[in-house]
Amino acid sequence: MENRLTKLFREKRENLLNVYFTAGFPELESTGVVLKTLEAAGADIVEIGMPYSDPLADGPTIQQSNTVALRNGMSIKKLFSQIEAVRPELEVPIVLMGYLNPVLQFGIERFCEEAARVGVDGFILPDMPLHEYEEEYQPLFLKYNLSVIFLVTPQTSEDRIRKIDALTNSFIYLVSSASTTGNKVGGDAKQVQYFQRIQDLNLKNPKLIGFGISDRSSFQLACKYAEGAIIGSAFIKIIQQPENLEENIRGFIREVKAPEAVSA
Amino acid sequence: MKYSVDERGYYGNYGGAYIPEMLYPNVEELRQKYLEIIYEPAFQEELQGLLRDYVGRPTPLYWAKRLSEKFNAKIYLKREDLAHTGAHKINNTVGQILLAKRLGKTRIIAETGAGQHGVATATVCALAGLECVVYMGKIDTERQKPNVARMQLLGATVVPVTSGSQTLKDATNEAIRDWISNPEDTHYIIGSVVGPHPYPDMVARFQSVISEEVKQQLLEKEGRANPDYVVACVGGGSNAAGAFYHFLDEPEVKLVAVEAAGHGVDTGFSAATSVLGTLGIIHGSKTLLMQTDDGQIVEPHSISAGLDYPGIGPMHAHLWETGRAKFYSITDNEAMEGVVMLSRLEGIIPAIESAHALAALHRMELKPTDVVVLNLSGRGDKDLATIINYLDNIEKPHGEQTN
Repeated sequence: MENRLTKLFREKRENLLNVYFTAGFPELESTGVVLKTLEAAGADIVEIGMPYSDPLADGPTIQQSNTVALRNGMSIKKLFSQIEAVRPELEVPIVLMGYLNPVLQFGIERFCEEAARVGVDGFILPDMPLHEYEEEYQPLFLKYNLSVIFLVTPQTSEDRIRKIDALTNSFIYLVSSASTTGNKVGGDAKQVQYFQRIQDLNLKNPKLIGFGISDRSSFQLACKYAEGAIIGSAFIKIIQQPENLEENIRGFIREVKAPEAVSA
Repeated sequence: MKYSVDERGYYGNYGGAYIPEMLYPNVEELRQKYLEIIYEPAFQEELQGLLRDYVGRPTPLYWAKRLSEKFNAKIYLKREDLAHTGAHKINNTVGQILLAKRLGKTRIIAETGAGQHGVATATVCALAGLECVVYMGKIDTERQKPNVARMQLLGATVVPVTSGSQTLKDATNEAIRDWISNPEDTHYIIGSVVGPHPYPDMVARFQSVISEEVKQQLLEKEGRANPDYVVACVGGGSNAAGAFYHFLDEPEVKLVAVEAAGHGVDTGFSAATSVLGTLGIIHGSKTLLMQTDDGQIVEPHSISAGLDYPGIGPMHAHLWETGRAKFYSITDNEAMEGVVMLSRLEGIIPAIESAHALAALHRMELKPTDVVVLNLSGRGDKDLATIINYLDNIEKPHGEQTN
């Protein structure tokens, strides 16, 4: 398998910044602008959320962005056309994150086919059972050169982590703590111990830490124990206002990636 | 048993466990242990003792003579309304609290719509001395104030849910989010035969005491264990699951599941999932679900908060698909007429949920020799405000359709 994600990880395996945003937020046509600005500002991966009425694993900030995006008229079909329109100008790997139900209604094969056609590189479908992926969807995802990304939490057993590592062909999404999205990573002893434990497993895939990464210090902490990190809720807060969208995005990414703290 | 759950957690095409990784260890632990725990002799002894002395089981099987005369058939009511806390919900919460203790959990969470499951959960938490947090849609906390007060009196914390539509669906989402954030000390007591496997099967087993008793009681009264019909209302479907359970493999027993049509199935204000639903995933289970073409979950409507749910349990989806159960949809108005009918004929005020099952008697073609068991899942005290409001307006013309 070869796609923009696998290529990226061949070339770079540290301080990787993956930024999540919800498609169609804050306005229906924001998707393309946010994508382009993120690549220009230096995001290594972009994760686009497909809005859902019942996002179980998400905290209030991302839930709210889902509600707004759906009200704006966002859909998977619309998202594919938005990505298609800007893809020729972009190099950044694109990962789609969403819940299984809308994908099943779209049709899983059609979903893979369209995703591949418009230049998507992988999926995160948190409520897709591992065994169902193995038994039903894996050949399809491979056929269309699409990576699949599974979550690992502090409670995931080592056996299961090994199994996930074996099934993965891009990166592992390391959930920072028992939480929905949007809680802050504290870096307490228990958390550091967990990151260390995973690091010591010497998995074949790179790991990106997500849930609670919100700023430069939490990003740097995550990068000490993993190849990179994912910022979601904190970024959604930055793009809540349609005004000065590009400027706000550039400022936020610059600050997160700065090697030294930037004074305001 | 053809209609029971298979090893992988499916009822035919329905069921499974579609959950994020954060829930996997807890659900997996339950899956591995639930059968072993609940059929352990010491567990059964404790459970049976509580069902008898605390819940007040067996609940009577009552021959409703005047109701029978009206429909020209022999109709029995299974009096779950007489169980402690006023509905069948306690059968499940008593079982799950004992299970939670054996799993070493110290904190209990639950979702509730009308508040009946919340009250039943708060009750058993008080009994077991465990912390209890109940998630309830903000709109439901306002329209079911007495139940909020009951839960608080029982020592539970009631959290009003302001996300989404602020009703049962969102209360369930919020309870699941709580479980994600508190995976180690917390057990989630789901109130219906919904959610990821093993919940639908586990809840059905705890509710199956209903049909177990019916079989014995009917044998004593009629000289036969099997009625011609078993009738029950279905929201998520826990009382129906319990009433059907021991009759699933008795083909001569016709199973009748009654859903809430709301204002009418074609009005956009309905909860008749078997009519309006398509295959989808809700709260971790693949089942029939009311959704848009894009797979977004649709907000249902029913005058009865207990039936106001956009899905049905996977077991019922399977009974629907195979034709094992016949499904009827009953409107808000028909259900309210059912409330009045049973109150006047038998001196029993039913829950509006159960009144949907009563109203379905009009649709069934009953013969004088037919023996019907109707599961009277709950009592109507909790619905008095809604009932009074309905009776006040009954004389006035209004725009709602009655069929």
